[in-house]
Amino acid sequence: MKIGVFICHCGENIGRTVDCARVSKAAGFFPNVVHSVDYKYMCSDPGQNIIKQAIKDLQLDGVVVGSCSPHMHEKTFRKAVADAGVNPFLCEIANLREHVSWVHDDMDVATDKAIDLVRFAVEKVKRNAPLKTIQVPVTKRTLVIGGGISGIQAALDVANAGYEVVLVEKEPSIGGHMSQLSETFPTLDCSQCILTPRMVEVYQHPKIKLLTYSEVEKVEGFIGNFKVTIRKKARKVDDTKCTGCGDCMQKCPIKKKALSEFDENLTTRSAIYVPFPQAVPNIPVIDTEVCTYFKNGKCSMCKKVCGRDAIFFEQEDQMLTEEIGAIIVATGYKLYTIDKKPKNSEIKGYGEYGYGKYKDVIDGLQFERIASASGPTSGEFKRPSDGKEPKKIVFIQCVGSRDESKGFSYCSKICCMYTAKHAMLYKHKVHDGEAYVFYMDIRSGGKMYDEFVRRAIEEDGVKYIRGRVSRIYEENGKYIVKGEDTLAGVPVEIDADMVVLATAMIAQPEASKLAQTIGIPYDKYGYFVEVHPKLRPVESSSGGIFLAGACHSPRDIPDSVAMASAAAAKAMVLFGSDMLEREPTIALVNENLCAGCFYCKKVCAYNAIEVKQIFDRQGNFVKEVAYVNSGLCQGCGTCNATCPSKSIELIGYTDEQIYAEIAALM
Amino acid sequence: MENKNQDPKIVAFVCNWCTYTGADLAGTSRLKYQPNVRMIKLPCTGRIDPVFIIKAFEKGADGVLVSGCHPGDCHYNAGNYHARRRWIMFHKLLDYLGIDESRLHFSWVSASEGKKFVDVVNAFTNKVKAKGPFKKYENINKEFVING
Repeated sequence: MKIGVFICHCGENIGRTVDCARVSKAAGFFPNVVHSVDYKYMCSDPGQNIIKQAIKDLQLDGVVVGSCSPHMHEKTFRKAVADAGVNPFLCEIANLREHVSWVHDDMDVATDKAIDLVRFAVEKVKRNAPLKTIQVPVTKRTLVIGGGISGIQAALDVANAGYEVVLVEKEPSIGGHMSQLSETFPTLDCSQCILTPRMVEVYQHPKIKLLTYSEVEKVEGFIGNFKVTIRKKARKVDDTKCTGCGDCMQKCPIKKKALSEFDENLTTRSAIYVPFPQAVPNIPVIDTEVCTYFKNGKCSMCKKVCGRDAIFFEQEDQMLTEEIGAIIVATGYKLYTIDKKPKNSEIKGYGEYGYGKYKDVIDGLQFERIASASGPTSGEFKRPSDGKEPKKIVFIQCVGSRDESKGFSYCSKICCMYTAKHAMLYKHKVHDGEAYVFYMDIRSGGKMYDEFVRRAIEEDGVKYIRGRVSRIYEENGKYIVKGEDTLAGVPVEIDADMVVLATAMIAQPEASKLAQTIGIPYDKYGYFVEVHPKLRPVESSSGGIFLAGACHSPRDIPDSVAMASAAAAKAMVLFGSDMLEREPTIALVNENLCAGCFYCKKVCAYNAIEVKQIFDRQGNFVKEVAYVNSGLCQGCGTCNATCPSKSIELIGYTDEQIYAEIAALM
Repeated sequence: MENKNQDPKIVAFVCNWCTYTGADLAGTSRLKYQPNVRMIKLPCTGRIDPVFIIKAFEKGADGVLVSGCHPGDCHYNAGNYHARRRWIMFHKLLDYLGIDESRLHFSWVSASEGKKFVDVVNAFTNKVKAKGPFKKYENINKEFVING
């Protein structure tokens, strides 16, 4: 075998700490290496041409590139190699950037390590087999998880392109947090007015199957061929009969026992309810936790008044399975509740702000409900404790965000803007009111965003104070906010009527569980992780699973919508062809050696191992052996490690290859 | 090849999806760590045959690090559970093989834990450094050569 080694400087990224010339020189002495060079940018066109030319001139049949992580450019180099007529799987990458030059300072040490890594790669590539990619069919249907603005946007985009969509939402209605908002920055247009038409469009779209009050239970399969199990929770209402007249809700004797989730606990709702009047679908749900019928069987008022006989107390959860090709995850966020130390959390909480203790200390979403025309006060500013109009409101930004000691280290991104909006909305309705904002910095990057904040300060007279608040306490019906003005260098005390805390955006509490169900990575906060932060920001590392909206990181509506459209486009890219190419790293059985113990079958997570019967020439049964279904095998190699007779091997990671890598250590 | 400044020698068997990517993240975040670890990338920790670990010691490793996705996070659903079960069985045999159990470290490092990767590598490198070189197999190999 004739191997060529190509060492990339990556500009100065590798070259600064790795002596690339020394690496390529050392590699030239490795057995089978007939050619070894270094170049400034191997991934560039001229760089790739160096590889292609060397393959042609020297008839190379194996290539090792010492460059950035294989997760970055393995595909690029494999393609270049293939263009020059060598099987792409005879190209291996030595990771000299992420694993060497960026993590070590000493040039000698880094160069030695780089030489080692190249040697491993050479030893491995010697034993690589030429492989062909596997073709699998694609199911051209998309599952969208989450029916907030991101999920709605993604579903509509995919459906409008003519592909079927299954939209799953765990709440009784789609709409998400956006449906709770009053007006949106920086245009101050009414949130519901722009959202509800899109919700209806989803409901009426012939290509969208909407499953509300449903959750994803199980995801099997792989890119292009997922089988998804969805739990359709029992509404206790027959959705084929219900017309959404609302008689049941009016007659429900329980009016005060359940707090309204939609109104962020500022009001109550009946036991049978729709979350808000414009809910889609407009079909109620019975909250079995509070409903008298489900407690002691004594009430069935809703059943009596329902003219359509749609109340169905005996209804049970239903399990549906859907064949899916691509999944878009758009599960959104929650606001961090800051009253006390949350259960099972490292977060210490902000007890000094009195949230949960003082009724008039509220969070951002509660303020949205108060400011909303559809909210508990019909958009009039009345404080929750006594219904009086607050004349002085203090807004506190970065509660839980950018606070490593007590909250989260990240910036929640939307709070600077929505706090400016809140203060503005308040000043527009209460002209003689005073609005104070405590901030750390103003982060208003975005089209017309900074102008918006300037408007709040300059035109509406919102008073911005740079500094943190140390304490809030009640005195004579006022809330004394004690803080510091760090620009003036003086302590500040404000006797406010109401305090609004811009609490951190956090991942959904169930996010990590969902991530495990569908098999995508998540970070320590529970946000889902993309493959590449810059170049592949909407793809998860699991093929065919895409991310949209605030489930990925804190983001506002325009960002979420843009990300959702991007995820939709990525799903449609998959649907552009009928067959998908898959990596051929799958297991292969040596039928002569296989003793038919089927330990491999027991450990296979994909049911990819089948039983094959072997017959001799006369048609007499000889033995049963394992057989790998190449469409199902994902190439984890667990069977390989389990097989007692070593008769099943993972191509590309055979024992021989790994032993060779280990031996190359010496 | 003699790499005197890179003793001890540590071999790491890592999975492609979590720990290898976590190490990439350590790189992108420019976190510095000790240069002794040589990583062998596998698709999944489920692919790790305990023989790999013995082989690494035989070939001169002073320590072996095994790292993959956290329980529940496996890209292949359950490969890391198989790895963990094998580890539970295997670590009891280490003593019989003449390998000090503390020369082998098993940890979970996810794709987002660049910092944890650095901490694990540094802590383990220091531990192996303190133990000194692993000579047992080298001596056996020598005897083997001398006695035919």
